[in-house]
This record gives sequence, C-alpha cells and structure tokens, in this order.
Amino acid sequence: MKYGYYPGCSLERNAIAYHQSAMAVAGPMGIEFDELDDWNCCGATEYISIDLLPAYALISRNLALAAQQELEGNGNQLVAPCSACFLNLKKADHYMAESPELSENVNSALAAGNLHYEPGTVSVRHLLDIVVDDVGFNAIAEKVTNPLYNLRIAPYYGCMIVRPGNMKSFDDQEYPTSLDELMSTLGAEVVDFPLKAHCCGGHMTQISESVALELIRRLLKNASDYDADMIVTVCPMCQLNLDAYQDAVNKKFGTNYNIPILYFTQMIGLAFGISPDDLGFGKEIVDAGPALAKIGAEPSPKAKEKRPSKEALPMPSMGEDG
Amino acid sequence: MATTIASARAPTFFDEVVAATPGTDPHLELCLQCGTCGGSCPSGPDMEHTPRALFAMIDAGMKDQVLSSNTPWYCVACYYCMVRCPQEIHITDIMYTLKRMAIKEGLYRESSASDASGFSETFIDYVENYGRSFELGVATRYHLRHHPLNAVKMATGMGFNMFLKGRMDLTPTRIKNLDQLKAILSKAKELGGSS
Repeated sequence: MKYGYYPGCSLERNAIAYHQSAMAVAGPMGIEFDELDDWNCCGATEYISIDLLPAYALISRNLALAAQQELEGNGNQLVAPCSACFLNLKKADHYMAESPELSENVNSALAAGNLHYEPGTVSVRHLLDIVVDDVGFNAIAEKVTNPLYNLRIAPYYGCMIVRPGNMKSFDDQEYPTSLDELMSTLGAEVVDFPLKAHCCGGHMTQISESVALELIRRLLKNASDYDADMIVTVCPMCQLNLDAYQDAVNKKFGTNYNIPILYFTQMIGLAFGISPDDLGFGKEIVDAGPALAKIGAEPSPKAKEKRPSKEALPMPSMGEDG
Repeated sequence: MATTIASARAPTFFDEVVAATPGTDPHLELCLQCGTCGGSCPSGPDMEHTPRALFAMIDAGMKDQVLSSNTPWYCVACYYCMVRCPQEIHITDIMYTLKRMAIKEGLYRESSASDASGFSETFIDYVENYGRSFELGVATRYHLRHHPLNAVKMATGMGFNMFLKGRMDLTPTRIKNLDQLKAILSKAKELGGSS
C-alpha cells in the first residue's frame, strides 16, 4: 500500500519520535510512504484565526502539490500523522467542495504560483485510520512478536481526528474505540479512559496557561485513576502538552503524576520487536523506562504460563500466582 | 447598535458573521438557546460569555460586545459543541470567524484575552517567511513581547528540557519554493475576506 505522506512541522523536530516510529513500523505493515515534496506548514489553529483566504490558500498549496505528485502513481491518498494537519487538510478540501466561491478564490490565489486544486481529488487520511482500517487488526496481530502483556495503556484520541461533526469520521466522535482495539491487538491491557477524546488544551499553554493546565490535569488524573502505566497518543500537540507540562501541573496542583506519554506507532514497534532506539524512545520528558521494564527485560508472566516447566504436573493453570 | 431596520436588506452583524464563515451554511439562525454548547465546553468556565449567550448577542446585533468578548479566544477548537449541537451549528467555525472579525475591527484589544491574537500573528509570521512553523522562535518572540517573565520561565524550564531531549530546533527551516508560497499568499490577501 502506497500513500503520500505529509509529516507536518512538529514531526520534523518536537515529535521526531512519532516520525521515526511511523517510518520504522511502515515496512512491516506493508506501507510505503512517499513524502510530499516541498510541503509547507498547514497553519495549525493560528492562520485561520487571522485571515480566512490566505489560510485556505496555505493549506491548499499542499493539496495541489499532493495531487500533482500523486499523478506519478501513489494513489490519491495523503496521510497526515498530526491531528491538526489532518483536520486542516481535510477541512479545506471539504469546504472547497461545498462552496464553489471559496474554491474559485483559493484557486485564483494558487494560480499566482501556477498551481490548481480540484476539491475532492486528494483523500486526506489520518495515520491511525490507515493502520486500523487499511492494514487491519488481523495483519497487525500476525506481526506481533513481543506482545505488550501487562502494560496498562490509556488510549488517548484528542479532538481533531474524530470531530467535527459535519464531516465523515472513521471512528465514533465522542467515544472512539479504534486505538483501544489496536492496543489490545498488541497484547496490552487497555484501561477505561472516559476522557479519551477530551481536549489537551491545544495552544492555550501559550495563551492562558491556567486554562491549559486544568485540562491537562483532568486527563492525567483520569488515566491515573485507572492505574494506567502510560497514555498513548496519536497527535504531537497532545503529546507535547501532557508530557512537557506534566511537571507544571504537579507544581500547580500539588500532584505527583509520573505518566509517560507515548505515540501509538512506538507501541506498535515494540510489539513488532523493533529496538526502542529505532522508535524514538528516550525523547519523552517523563521517562518511559520504568513502564517499559514491565515488558522489556523480563518475559511477562502470561508468556511464561504458556511454557510450564518440565517438572510441572499436567494441570490446568490457575493464573499468574505460581 | 446594528442597522437592522435601516433598509430592507442592509447586512446585519448576524449576516456578516454568516457570510464570513466558510462552507455553505453554518446554521447559526437555527440556534435554540439550549446551552448544550456551553455545557460541553472545556474552557466554558473561563469564558466571559458561553457560546449560547454569544449567539443571542449576535442575533441582537451587539457587535462591539461580541467582538470584545474573550470567548472566541478561549475556544480550544475541540469541536465537542459542534458534535453535540442539536441544530448542527458550525460553532467552532463561527468562533474562528469572530476572532478574524475582532482583529479586523481592532476590538480584540478590549478583551481579557488581548494577547491571544499576538500568538497567532507571531506564528503566521514565521510561516509566511519560511513556509514552516518555528516553535522556539514563536514562543520566545511572543512571550518576550507579551509576558517577558514567562519567556524566562520557559527558557530555563520546559524549553530547556525540550532542547536537551533534541526536540527543539535552534533555527527555522525554509521550504525550497518559498517564492511560490509568497506569491500565493499575497494574491490571497489581495482577494481578501471572502467566504
């Protein structure tokens, strides 16, 4: 399966672990990524707050380049691993298709750079969507060599991959389950995480830190209440907020959270037996080491159960206590 | 206040908001005043007006009060309200529209979130000049201008950690065909505020 790939600015540096792990697991999953040549920033949630038409023109330059590049043979699908990039690309395509006037204006702007984009030409997909829907759970299960037994994972979706409501979504808009199922497929214990699709605060860490820290606190508390060893995310903004501001939350609220925040592609890589070094581990600010020790160095009790010692009587196993 | 009855169809503030919101119809006229939006909003308690109240004010033509409210700037764009609105109003899109209008009218300065647009402006400045965003530059320039103490806090705390972990670039990246992007953006600005 070949896809166009739009990494977005975060994956170049701040979320380099997401990029590295996505690249590392692509091959084993039968995915080939063709990075969009000379892509530009999607404008995040900022450009649209200032000026509408330039914001849509900025996004659409990428769509126009993708349409051109894809003529060379990688289908019409552009994959974005960042939730904000994904939504911006998808939304521009959607509203241009819905409004001929908007499409005409955006195309007048694109024409100044000798580009053109016909809405509907490129199909914008999030990385999680192609992993669960195109690769599929069965194919992934076949590749699992190091199951994540005993690791308690809180699957965190954030906002922008499942909402807004006026566009087709690949999962439920308030209580998505695809990432839950993916983590179960890898052998992990998925904990209930009622706030799984709630907001991480987005750019509010910069604008009004107290608003953001309260939203981050709720998520950390929720994961902690369910004894999660880690939170697994699908978005660089969510990762950054929960990871880099965890210390600030602890200081402000007198809490003691110490929950590593990792990308779902890193967990796929571990389960596939890929070395943590090739998956960007160690870039997280809250150390994932202690959680990973549960699956890394020692074989899990569940895995042991399957190989009873030679002395053991042929009795049914009673669980993990032996 | 607004020119509702001045002429048969002079555009009201309500019309302006709808016209400046992308897509065919944001369904703003369908608001039932049920309050599901505010109840679903994670930053609702910090807003001066809930989205519901703001929509009633738009309907009443209270342009100045609406555009100087902190509400649009405290919208985190989580889209919960948009999913839950029984009338399928494009609430988040309307919040973005109100931000743009507040900047255009200069009224955001009146709001308690008067720095917020500065963050967006600093961000897009890098995008326009490099084609890519630049986290270190945005954070330092924005904080130095608006809250210098935060800049110090960031440089010694969280920002330093990010740097140590190799997660922060010290220089921005420039796209190859920046001239093309600049030409596109300048044409878009010339075409102006169309939906």
